Amino acid sequence: MDFSISEEQSLLQDSVAKFIDNDYGFEQRMKHSESDLGYSADNWREFAELGWTAVPFAEEDGGLDGGPVELMLIMEQFGRGLVVEPYLASIVLAGGALRRSASDEQKAEWLAPLIEGTKTGAFAYLEPQSRYGLSDVTLTAKRDGDEYVLNGRKGVVLNGAGADVLVVSTRTAGDRKDENGLSLFVLAADTAGVQRRGYATVDGQKGAEIVFDDVRVPAAQLLGDEGKAWPVIESVIQEATLAICAEAVGIMEKLNHKTLEYTKSRVQFGVPIAAFQALQHRMVEMFMLYEQTKSLLLWAVMAQESGDAEEARRAVSAIKYQVGTAGRQVGEEAVQLHGGMGVTWELDVAHYFKRLTVIDTLFGNADHHVERYAGLM
Amino acid sequence: MDVNFTAEEKAFREEVRNFLEEKYPEDIAHKMNNGIEPDAEDFVRWQKILFEQGWIAPNWPVEYGGTGWSPVQKYIFSMEMARYNTPRLIPFGLSMVGPVIYTFGNDAQKERFLPDILESNVWWCQGYSEPGAGSDLASLKTRADRDGDEFVINGTKTWTTMGQHADWIFLLARTSQDTARRQEGISFILCDMKTPGVTVKPIITIEGGHEVNEVHFEDVRVPAENLVGEEGKGWTYGKVLLQHERTNIADVARSQYRLERLKALARSGIRGGEPLIGDWSFRRKLAEADIALKALEYTDLRTLAAVAVGKAPGPESSILKIRGTELQQLIDTLFMEAAGYYAIPFVPDQYQVGFDESHYVGEGAETRSSLVYFNNRKASIYGGSNEIQRNIVAKHVLGL
Repeated sequence: MDFSISEEQSLLQDSVAKFIDNDYGFEQRMKHSESDLGYSADNWREFAELGWTAVPFAEEDGGLDGGPVELMLIMEQFGRGLVVEPYLASIVLAGGALRRSASDEQKAEWLAPLIEGTKTGAFAYLEPQSRYGLSDVTLTAKRDGDEYVLNGRKGVVLNGAGADVLVVSTRTAGDRKDENGLSLFVLAADTAGVQRRGYATVDGQKGAEIVFDDVRVPAAQLLGDEGKAWPVIESVIQEATLAICAEAVGIMEKLNHKTLEYTKSRVQFGVPIAAFQALQHRMVEMFMLYEQTKSLLLWAVMAQESGDAEEARRAVSAIKYQVGTAGRQVGEEAVQLHGGMGVTWELDVAHYFKRLTVIDTLFGNADHHVERYAGLM
Repeated sequence: MDVNFTAEEKAFREEVRNFLEEKYPEDIAHKMNNGIEPDAEDFVRWQKILFEQGWIAPNWPVEYGGTGWSPVQKYIFSMEMARYNTPRLIPFGLSMVGPVIYTFGNDAQKERFLPDILESNVWWCQGYSEPGAGSDLASLKTRADRDGDEFVINGTKTWTTMGQHADWIFLLARTSQDTARRQEGISFILCDMKTPGVTVKPIITIEGGHEVNEVHFEDVRVPAENLVGEEGKGWTYGKVLLQHERTNIADVARSQYRLERLKALARSGIRGGEPLIGDWSFRRKLAEADIALKALEYTDLRTLAAVAVGKAPGPESSILKIRGTELQQLIDTLFMEAAGYYAIPFVPDQYQVGFDESHYVGEGAETRSSLVYFNNRKASIYGGSNEIQRNIVAKHVLGL
């Protein structure tokens, strides 16, 4: 039994932590977040130079062969820094889908630029009606000679407006919610017929609604076998779920730290408010929620790494439920204990809280995952 | 990172399982599995079997009779004991006074007391709390006044668990009255329960059981040689005792055993009814309890992994008592909810002797569920209430 990380993993963790601590100030983050792009292109280049964008990919694809532990280490730090660069969208989601389903030629054309950081990607898996049902797909792809014709709409696509490369889930056969008959395509975001309406999200990132209107995609851009994309979609989302749970753990750690600092320095009634037992016990609760969430994250990461698919599904749903419930409590308490300052745009705490809130919804909220867990229990 | 056991650890687990298969008495297992409280003789008989095996005191140093196991082996042992649903070891001798004696006692005391603790020949009980000293233990008033070669003890101890079976009591008493700090002047004294002036009065708890007692001391004369360590240092010794066995405090394994039983119960149709697992609100509570228990298990494992490589337990270990007892109480509640109407019958004599076959109203654990629920409200109160635990975390972990 060993919870320690290897020397290489430790170096990776240090390198991300150092960047977050020294080069990722909150004011800069807010400025980048409010720009049109929504993040810093310079930062993104640096992520690539430092090798972070290559971590989850196989060596033969130009990656570093990282697994769930490496992803956890990166995302935890990104949580601490409230990073807005599109690592989740481009590397974990779009890159993850390509990694699992693309041929070598397709990888060379579409995945390599994502790993090198010269382009970014987005994974359009969600539709306005589908809520948390990943197989609820109505966007159709119909074969027409050497091409497929895509028609339909995708919603809340992370990094959807800024992405150069889109990976999209489509229905090539079956009924609306069938797991069979789903197919993935990769295409350039500026392909004719792709209409994108970008917007900011409440957590300071970017999303888009994307309409596909008679979009003609060469058959060579079908990823994997037609109609067999379900396991890929499920697997990508599972890894992405784990990734944002690690991010959430980093956020919770940061919020607890900031709340402790604040209550120790904020004086009311002539004493630091941390002296009040009513507040102390709430901060102890926040600490316990964080520690339990961290414990479940470690279980999920080890389960994911073990290759036991059933155990991994269970563990990922457990941690996602935990992040949804404990994360919300920690976020709300952090705001409460910061008093009026906690509800201002100026204070970073408010933005960490908003990201935690978004994370609960992403890939299925606590209710969704506790039900899934119960089914696997 | 790797959560698997090594081949040696797996072999050890096999050895423990084989021992339990062969040596755990069937009649005690029957009681445990059917919600019947083991009696004093059962506890002693089981502990003597463990002593014969050499496994009665895994946490003791080898020189005093410990097993020399690694932290992981100790963990495996406690997991397997829980999986077989064996009775808890009575902690007062083995986990409490024993470690104080081998740590702070003199050679004569070690020779006199430790063998009988290991062999379960002497039943110990604890004299800490008083009617006026609960969470604020340092306000205790029981006096031990020196008179020649003796201490004369006067006062009242309370919440003395299983004191009615005890041969000896260890107590904290004031040996000087005028000290600068209340924590000073308190001494750790051993007293034979048969000494004139000691009386034990039962306290009947909420579910109707007799588990705890008041112990009165009226001019009880104890030889001065029964003082452990230095006079006036008892508070320090007592605190060491409270910190003992940090890693197993959450009792994760036993909660896992109980939750698995509850799941099996919920999946079966109780008394011919619909399986409760089909009720979404109950299934959700089960799932939430299961997730919380996993979180606690991994918190426990993190602590264990730190201890196994010689580090101090990290801050995460401080939550084990609070979350462990909260979870025990949650499982108590769910058992009672699962019992439905059959949580209502109250049959105090049968609570002690058990239901015979013709009286079964379902799973044994289920029929006693409300009694367990009521009784175990104590879990978040004893050993330093969970509010006191929060104060400790606030002070020592969060630096507040």
